[in-house]
Amino acid sequence: MKGPRIKLFPVYFIILLILTSSGCGDKKDSATRLKFWAMGTEAEFVTKLVPEFQRRNPGIKVDVQQIPWNAAQEKLVTAFASDNTPDICQLGNTWIAQFASLNAIISLDKYIADSPSINKENYFTGVWDTNIIDSLVYGIPWYIDTRLMFYRTDVFKEAGYDEPPRSWEELYDLCKKIKALHRGEDKYAIYLPTNEWNPFIMFALENNASLLKENNSRGNFDSKEFKEAFRYLTNFHKEKLAPLGISQVTNVYQAFVEEYFSIYISGPWNINEFKKWMTDDLAGKWSTAPMPSKNGDHYPGVSLAGGSSLVIFNNCKHIQEAWKFIEFLSETSTQLEFYHLLYNLPAVKKAWEDTSLANNKYMKAFRLQFENVVATPKVPEWEQIAFAKVQQYAELVVRGAMTVDEAAKNLDKDVDKILEKRRWLLSRKK
Amino acid sequence: MKKSKNSFSYSSKAAYLFLAPAVTSILIFFFIPVMASFVMSFTDFDIYALGSIDMVRFIGFSNYVQLFGDPLFWQSLQNTMYYVVLASPLSIAVALGAAILLNSKLIKYKGFFRLSYFIPYITTLVAVAIVWRFIYHPKFGILNYFLSLIGINPIDWLGDPATAMPAIVLMSVWKTFGYNMIIFLAGLQNIPEDLYEAASLEGANEWQKFKAITIPMLSPTTLFVSIITIVGFFQLFAEPYIMTQGGPLNKTLSIVGYMYQEGFRWWNMGYSASISFVLFFIIMIITVLQFKLQKSHLA
Repeated sequence: MKGPRIKLFPVYFIILLILTSSGCGDKKDSATRLKFWAMGTEAEFVTKLVPEFQRRNPGIKVDVQQIPWNAAQEKLVTAFASDNTPDICQLGNTWIAQFASLNAIISLDKYIADSPSINKENYFTGVWDTNIIDSLVYGIPWYIDTRLMFYRTDVFKEAGYDEPPRSWEELYDLCKKIKALHRGEDKYAIYLPTNEWNPFIMFALENNASLLKENNSRGNFDSKEFKEAFRYLTNFHKEKLAPLGISQVTNVYQAFVEEYFSIYISGPWNINEFKKWMTDDLAGKWSTAPMPSKNGDHYPGVSLAGGSSLVIFNNCKHIQEAWKFIEFLSETSTQLEFYHLLYNLPAVKKAWEDTSLANNKYMKAFRLQFENVVATPKVPEWEQIAFAKVQQYAELVVRGAMTVDEAAKNLDKDVDKILEKRRWLLSRKK
Repeated sequence: MKKSKNSFSYSSKAAYLFLAPAVTSILIFFFIPVMASFVMSFTDFDIYALGSIDMVRFIGFSNYVQLFGDPLFWQSLQNTMYYVVLASPLSIAVALGAAILLNSKLIKYKGFFRLSYFIPYITTLVAVAIVWRFIYHPKFGILNYFLSLIGINPIDWLGDPATAMPAIVLMSVWKTFGYNMIIFLAGLQNIPEDLYEAASLEGANEWQKFKAITIPMLSPTTLFVSIITIVGFFQLFAEPYIMTQGGPLNKTLSIVGYMYQEGFRWWNMGYSASISFVLFFIIMIITVLQFKLQKSHLA
């Protein structure tokens, strides 16, 4: 009994191999199949748009695959390393630089030039710009987001502000007044957690800081502009206008309900969450407002251009069909339908004229804010700089372990180290 | 003679055949990746290198040199040491205590206690860590509630740089002592009863019996348990990853956590590989030391 079993083992193994390999072999099907990777709930809802596209284009089938947001980048890089990339993919627009530098995605300028429907003018300038790497366009904005102030209208009124603050000065003054309302209580005015780098960068950009220098190959944080903004922002923590730690706030919505803080700088993904939590008599007591500008002129102040773009991978064999699908997703009506399904803000400006957006009171601030959004530095290393370094030094300053000057100097030193490879690549290009 | 030699080679062939699947899989999934990452630790393999292999530079010991000048690495090493030094003896002591109690003839419902002490060990770490995050919550946590009953002001366990690591230690001890307890229990049951009887006849008290019989008889078990515990604790990762993300002020950033960040978050694979080899050497040295110590102790 034993003998034959041992000998048969390799046979089983080979049969198993054949079976599994034939499973992913090409199915004989005349239709062109497009592999589309989308993230999280976007993938779930985009499948509802696909049938219409397939009805209009009988020769094309779109296979949507869902990948979880928090593993998306890892999965995409691994897919790229093993040559298993999809044809089209949704890409957070801060990742475009990374995938463009990997040579994983193609530039779309040629297709845009020939396209009857997609062109630069349809989009918000700042958002469109995030897709441009070295003057080539790599992605088409699909949906967009940005950060602005969510605030308690009732607390603002109580503090004497019928309108949200328009300048840094006013924001500071307002926060002082809110803090004074809660005299002696463990409550704050604004929430600026150090595990969210975005506000720190937004205020620096509003103050005209250029974050990197020498062709984005060195840090430029030790500049007057950056330090001024950094000092302004960390001062909120030092004067106890903003809570220090982040562990007290396990649930930002609950904290907002309890007036633990009255201002939170966040994005459109939180609108529905706030609606869910601010119920009954609190329902009308919150709103959104654009970022204040430094001196009150040029309102609104700078925020970041976020969202997701659609990109085509380098080894896509059906670029024409993939482009058709991108054009379909960029039509005003498709964009609106997607907005109604998921409340992701449409990238196409025309969609914003629709009553569902134009008459939405929370959307007005976003519409205004999108006129002044900018991209973060477009280098693959930016994520590491922002998440690891900016947040680390923000925390050190907030907790009083470092002065702003020391932090800025160290930030430059660390960032220079991170960008060493980039300097080498640039010197090689010459 | 000839026949026996033949049968020997036949059976050894069969043995190799049986070993082959395990050896090949260890070779493919363990030794080759380990060698590859060792080589990688001498390169600056990163996100650019994934795009094109000629963007890899061999940089000799630069990663290691940079590592020894990297304050974050020292911070993570210090945190890990702090954690190991605090958590290992505690975990072993609690496990031994629980094992002795469970081994006592006075205890009823042994099966129930054994199971309840063991349950934390087999519960998913992620779920446990999330529950403990609630326990440690400064405002609503049950731990601060109990402390308030005896008049202690609320402590921001995971938010305060001074208490974050002890809080993680407490949780890990609770989570892991069940396993060590089971091993100690097996060790205790292997100690012949007549040794204790003889000692009793000589008039030894419980403490003397514990010191002169239990401890020495358990020493092989203790060696095993302490190596397993220390090596395991050096690989601290999931607890801070879920509960604190390395914060506050990097006070809970472990070596493995730092390695993960560098490697899989920022794709600095070369640098990350060098961190893992430094960790490997630290664990190896400590294990060898433990063996030496134990031997000299026995001799």
